[in-house]
Amino acid sequence: MEALFKKVSALSATLILFLLTGIFVVLFIYAKPAIKEYGLHFLVDPRWGVEVSQNQNSVNNTANTSNQVATLQDSPQIVDSDTIDSDDDAIDTDNDLAADEDSDIAVNDDDIAAATTDTDIGSSTSNIKVVYGGLIPIVGTVLSTILAMAFAVPIAMGIAVFLSEIAPPFISKPVGIAIELLAAIPSIIYGMWGLFYFGPLISSIFGGGSVSLLVAGMVLAVMIIPFMASLTRDSMNTTPNVLKESAYAMGATKFEVIKDVIFPYAKKGIIGSMILALGRALGETMAVAFVIGGVFNFPHKLTDPTVSIPVVLANNFAESSGMSLHALFYLALILFVISFMVISFAKFYFLRDKE
Amino acid sequence: MRLLVNKVVLFLSTLSAVIGLVFLFWILITLTIKGLSSINFYIFTHDLVNNGLRNLLIGQFVLALIAVVIGVPIGMIAGIYLQEYSFGNKYAEFIRNLSDVMMSAPSIVIGTFVYAIIVNPIGHQSGWAGAIALAIMMIPIVVRTTDDMLGLVPKELREAGVAIGAPKYKVIIDIIIKAAKVGIMTGILLAFARIVGETAPLLFTSGNSEYFTLNLNEVFPSLTVAIYNLATMPDANLVKIAWAGAFILTLFVLIVNLLGRYIIKDKK
Repeated sequence: MEALFKKVSALSATLILFLLTGIFVVLFIYAKPAIKEYGLHFLVDPRWGVEVSQNQNSVNNTANTSNQVATLQDSPQIVDSDTIDSDDDAIDTDNDLAADEDSDIAVNDDDIAAATTDTDIGSSTSNIKVVYGGLIPIVGTVLSTILAMAFAVPIAMGIAVFLSEIAPPFISKPVGIAIELLAAIPSIIYGMWGLFYFGPLISSIFGGGSVSLLVAGMVLAVMIIPFMASLTRDSMNTTPNVLKESAYAMGATKFEVIKDVIFPYAKKGIIGSMILALGRALGETMAVAFVIGGVFNFPHKLTDPTVSIPVVLANNFAESSGMSLHALFYLALILFVISFMVISFAKFYFLRDKE
Repeated sequence: MRLLVNKVVLFLSTLSAVIGLVFLFWILITLTIKGLSSINFYIFTHDLVNNGLRNLLIGQFVLALIAVVIGVPIGMIAGIYLQEYSFGNKYAEFIRNLSDVMMSAPSIVIGTFVYAIIVNPIGHQSGWAGAIALAIMMIPIVVRTTDDMLGLVPKELREAGVAIGAPKYKVIIDIIIKAAKVGIMTGILLAFARIVGETAPLLFTSGNSEYFTLNLNEVFPSLTVAIYNLATMPDANLVKIAWAGAFILTLFVLIVNLLGRYIIKDKK
């Protein structure tokens, strides 16, 4: 019995290892056709499903921010197909496709006219290559994360400093609890708020649509601020009082104590929590999905709509098949590997000696 | 000069705290106003197909509950291993870190994983797939909680158990787990609050059904997925339902969180 219990417990622990490697392996297997087809060129190819096909419909569904899932999709389908063409044109001209590519598309259009329900497999046999490239979502993910960090880091630091050093206990305690509670709010709520309140506000100030890279970055920032602030506050609070008091005794001002005593002491913890928050922003789906626009388009301005990896997955996954599904798995694999590296970097390098 | 710099920095810091709080309360206030104006008795008694929320609320709760039933035993036993059987070896330390990394893995990736292993082979979305996706999200949280809480149990209790001749698993189950019960329960409660609001892992695993069902073998109603779909609809009435759902969800999550806090505090 004892031995059995021990075995089972060791097995459960190993299950975590299995799960993580399993996620990687399964994603890799499903992504393999796409990896074989596009290789690493996928990472720098800005074209996504340039051939207009059944999948293309679902891809561009998101262009209108009408993110319906199959069950709720009925009449807007017809309206969508109008905008699809214009979107594609936009993408094509943006990327200055070579002439032969253009002719490809012309052929595809004929193809579509002949049989709208043509799938990837069908079209690949008819000598036409569907090109899927991940550059736009990758760039969108990276840019929105950088924007989010740029907004969130100063404010979160401010909140953390305020909570741990400035505010008296009767303020810092309730505010601290409020911040922690806000970190628990589901991310979809942030997304909804961004779509209905924050996006319109931003677009009235900075111009552009109410869905854009800028709005996405800022909503992400608002979402990770509580998380980042409470972690940063916790690591700041680990500074021993003796150190602070001796600095004060030397006549240091509060700012000097924060800058020269607390930051150096809690540096690793603070940077670690920032990277953890960054990892969260990278993989965040729902807060971004509402407000980034979901268009496969390079953001030339901050106020342009674009798309990020999680949003591509969220919007297109259920309706995809064939090569587009493999390409989506490829994207998922990229996201998984990136966030895995970011988080383990934070864990193993910065947060290690905290344990 | 030093004093001036000090004042400026302290002011900026306070200002940023105020800015952050303003944003965060703005969200809560709009949510409350929109939610309260959309909530009525009707939505609790009708399903989504009739513009109500009943099936979604029950569906989401059932999904999260099944995730708890699957995830908690696995997570707890793994946590027990890390704390009680590993004796601080390298492998346990590795698993511990890995579990922490998994806790922060993008939830949408877990959704794609479950899609690949369950939805794709079966050929359609199902409640089981959704529950399993949530369970995978939950396991590392439970591992962490159990690990931490068992670590707080004093060594003397273990020694006392061993001294009366009880086998180790009996000591763990009857003494150590009992001692750490409140902490572990609270951790599970908080983990439940976290996964009940998840959307991304459910999008293409459970999907969303407009009808009331408790059959986990078919597409299952999910509140969060429905909110995502409804909020982007042009129909103002549907958006209203989405707000009502969002409000109920947030209220539930916050109440569970406060409850967890209260329990921890009470114990202290």
